[in-house]
Amino acid sequence: MKRIGVFICWCGSNIAGTVDIDKVAAAAGTMNGVVYVDQNKYTCSEIGQAMIKDAIKEYKLDRVVIAACSPRMHENTFRKTVESAGLNPYYLEIANIREQCSWVHKDKEAGTAKAISLIRTAVAKAAMNEALFAVEMPITRRALVIGGGIAGIQAALDIADTGFEVDLVEREPSLGGRMAQLDKTFPTLDCSACILTPKMVDVAQHEKIRLFTYAEVEKVEGYLGNFTVTIRHRARSVDLQKCTGCGECLAKCPAKVASEFEEGLVQRRAIYTPFPQAVPNKPAIDRAHCRFFTTGKCKVCQKVCPADAIDYEMEDRLLTNGYGAIVVATGFDTHKLNDYGEYAYGKHPDVLTSLEFERLLNASGPTGGKILRPSDGKAPKTVAFIQCVGSRDKAKGNSYCAKICCMYTAKHAILLSEKVPGSKAFVFYIDVRTAGKDYEEFYTRAYEECGASYIKGNVSKVFPEGEKLLVRGVDVLSGALVELLVDMVVLAVSVDARADAKELAKKLAVTVNEHKFFTEAHPKLRPVDTQTAGIFLAGVCQGPKDIPETVAQASAAAVKVAAIFSKQSLLSNPTVAEVEQKLCSGDMSCMAVCPYGAISEQVVEERRGREMVTRKIARVNVALCQGCGACTVACRPGAINLKGFTNQQILAEVDAICL
Amino acid sequence: MRYSYYPGCTLKTMAKIYEDTALSTAKALGLNLTEIKEWQCCGALYPLNTEEIFSFFSPVRALLQARAGGEDKLLTLCAGCYNVFKRTNKAVREDGELRRKINDYLEDDYIGEVEVVHYLEVLKNDVGFAFLAERVKKKLTGRKLAPYYGCLLLKPWAEMDLDDVENPTIFENFLTALGATVVDYPYKTECCGSYLSMANEDIASAAVGRILVSAYKNGAEAFVVACPLCKYNLEEYQKELFAAGREPQLKLPVVYFTEILAEALAL
Repeated sequence: MKRIGVFICWCGSNIAGTVDIDKVAAAAGTMNGVVYVDQNKYTCSEIGQAMIKDAIKEYKLDRVVIAACSPRMHENTFRKTVESAGLNPYYLEIANIREQCSWVHKDKEAGTAKAISLIRTAVAKAAMNEALFAVEMPITRRALVIGGGIAGIQAALDIADTGFEVDLVEREPSLGGRMAQLDKTFPTLDCSACILTPKMVDVAQHEKIRLFTYAEVEKVEGYLGNFTVTIRHRARSVDLQKCTGCGECLAKCPAKVASEFEEGLVQRRAIYTPFPQAVPNKPAIDRAHCRFFTTGKCKVCQKVCPADAIDYEMEDRLLTNGYGAIVVATGFDTHKLNDYGEYAYGKHPDVLTSLEFERLLNASGPTGGKILRPSDGKAPKTVAFIQCVGSRDKAKGNSYCAKICCMYTAKHAILLSEKVPGSKAFVFYIDVRTAGKDYEEFYTRAYEECGASYIKGNVSKVFPEGEKLLVRGVDVLSGALVELLVDMVVLAVSVDARADAKELAKKLAVTVNEHKFFTEAHPKLRPVDTQTAGIFLAGVCQGPKDIPETVAQASAAAVKVAAIFSKQSLLSNPTVAEVEQKLCSGDMSCMAVCPYGAISEQVVEERRGREMVTRKIARVNVALCQGCGACTVACRPGAINLKGFTNQQILAEVDAICL
Repeated sequence: MRYSYYPGCTLKTMAKIYEDTALSTAKALGLNLTEIKEWQCCGALYPLNTEEIFSFFSPVRALLQARAGGEDKLLTLCAGCYNVFKRTNKAVREDGELRRKINDYLEDDYIGEVEVVHYLEVLKNDVGFAFLAERVKKKLTGRKLAPYYGCLLLKPWAEMDLDDVENPTIFENFLTALGATVVDYPYKTECCGSYLSMANEDIASAAVGRILVSAYKNGAEAFVVACPLCKYNLEEYQKELFAAGREPQLKLPVVYFTEILAEALAL
């Protein structure tokens, strides 16, 4: 017979207000195996914990039930308490009589009865609790950061500054990401490149950071502390060791293609560096558009290269490395405008996306920072900005708010008034959302000082009218239809998750939401973690956010990584699934439902009668298992059990409630 | 492929030329059209008040008559009929409560199974524009034609699903197949004023004026339409604007696409 002690917490009046503690204590005393019952105003306090320790020793308790708040709150605290009194920490059971009882009931009588039955349940389970032991696992103290935009750059620098090694993988030929495309940043109007490029250089020069550009993550295996990742280093066709970045080849290459960095406003060559401040500032050959790779003739770049750095024979290289933790910082795509034909984007050259307009503002952009119409090169005197294009639109676009557009549109309106004297901005909006430090003041500046007219309403259609554009919309505040003849239209395009976010999520065994943004472990309290231990999120890949928020999240992710690396070793969670060999039929239903890839096949040899037979059964990798229990439900013969939550324990709980 | 054919009221009266040229060109292209027996009004307007189920009886009965004929698809010409039938079908298919009420009243079992197609759609999908181009006897080379979609063929886009609602191409590809020069102008999918020609002529007149000027400025010599009401409004308000000496002082002929087709096939 087990010797169970029950400790009932008042939690001040939180529990005692709705639950008659004396009655509960009296009832607990009659339960099977309970040899000791006590109560305390605050069990989690030092006095409360000392009381438990003393009782364990004095009454030789071997199982402990604490009736208090949710195990999410203090289970770890109390596990340490019972451990320090010489018991296995998993001998503890918590009856949640606060969140699941006193807080949600008003009737004291009913609340008391429910508290009693919750304690009876916990007592029944505690009697069957077994000692469980965590396993120590080594840690590979090198982090992988996926994505070389501002989020990845910040995370890599912060991790590296704590002294740990970092590998940064970027798909494009250069670091920089979206922030490199921006001109000024709100609300201070400091130049994006001026604050970003020094960080890019820091990454390249940091002794703890290895930079892999033109590279992608191919395969991810392993678990917290011990990931094995294969990186595909795409053939750059330029030897980075030999190349001096002189740019000779860029000028002579005869093949031209729309520049991704310039949002297609101008053309780049097939051998290219995306932008002048690129890091590394050395080109790559885009083989899909290179004349030599498409026709077999050309080799102009090789002829002009003074360093003999061009290598057409270069092949993709696969590199496999071990990592202890991963930061995902893959950024976003702008929303595709296929469903927004009414705005005449693509039909008229002076209808631009906000990111294209951003390039017109930028001094290193196609117009040298002058706002000029793509159609005739004249400065626009009137510009209509249409907000929420693809955002807050359940019918055709994203249901969510892209969060940054109100602010960057205010910025565009301000910069327009500065760059084109006498010009006028009209902004069509649904709501103007300016939550952020100094944001509202910035928006106010757009309409008070810079003369932007804000019109609350949607635009129904944009009609090309000769050189001008007729914008037809509604002003919902006056109820009037509005028709404006303007020189340029700028569409504030929404923010989408990366088109291939789902594939990466699959490789990493993390989840995405319905919009393909990576899912955080908890929307409020664990916004940087994923459900998979050791993998963290930074930046817009988790959801729309602006630069300060992105940087804050990246630094937070870095701290999480450093916290892991600062430990000597990791303790595994002992509440993992366990396969009972003789019951396992080997049909592997468990493997199909495991979200963490923790179950694999294993061939075992067994004696059947007189002969030995081999057959396959399921095997749990305890390092990967997160203890969710999905496999225990899928297993038809009931061969798989979650330690600490075995089928027998759960049935005992059900019996305690129902019988 | 066999088609039952639903003419609708206007095609037997004001738009007789539309029907005549449609039937003759269909015959020339080897399409088998059978006019449905004892057809009745399509309802003229799609009922927007979905609680008012009586307005659905007319189109559903017309669709039931088509079903009784046993042909593969129901071909329509008038954009208005096409719009009403297609949307009624979708509502009947997707709204179980509406379907039950309609069938209880009509004592029938219609589930939206009659496939409704527009003649333009048949030319594109069943005949094929490439095949059509081969059958052209008199190419319309040099003719600058402005396709005018209006609204009923395309909108609401989620229900009509005929073509891209803002940048449609079916009319353009049809005219290209006949050898004509297609005039692109931004007002081709704008409303012609519709029945406002009866209630508020100023609005209809202004709508036509915009379409007219835009097409003219882009070099159009004539409008090509698929809807009798569009044709009526475009023609009448042009006349009025012209007669009243109001801008624009223009006159562009308005023809049905079947007339143009008949011309190209030398019928």
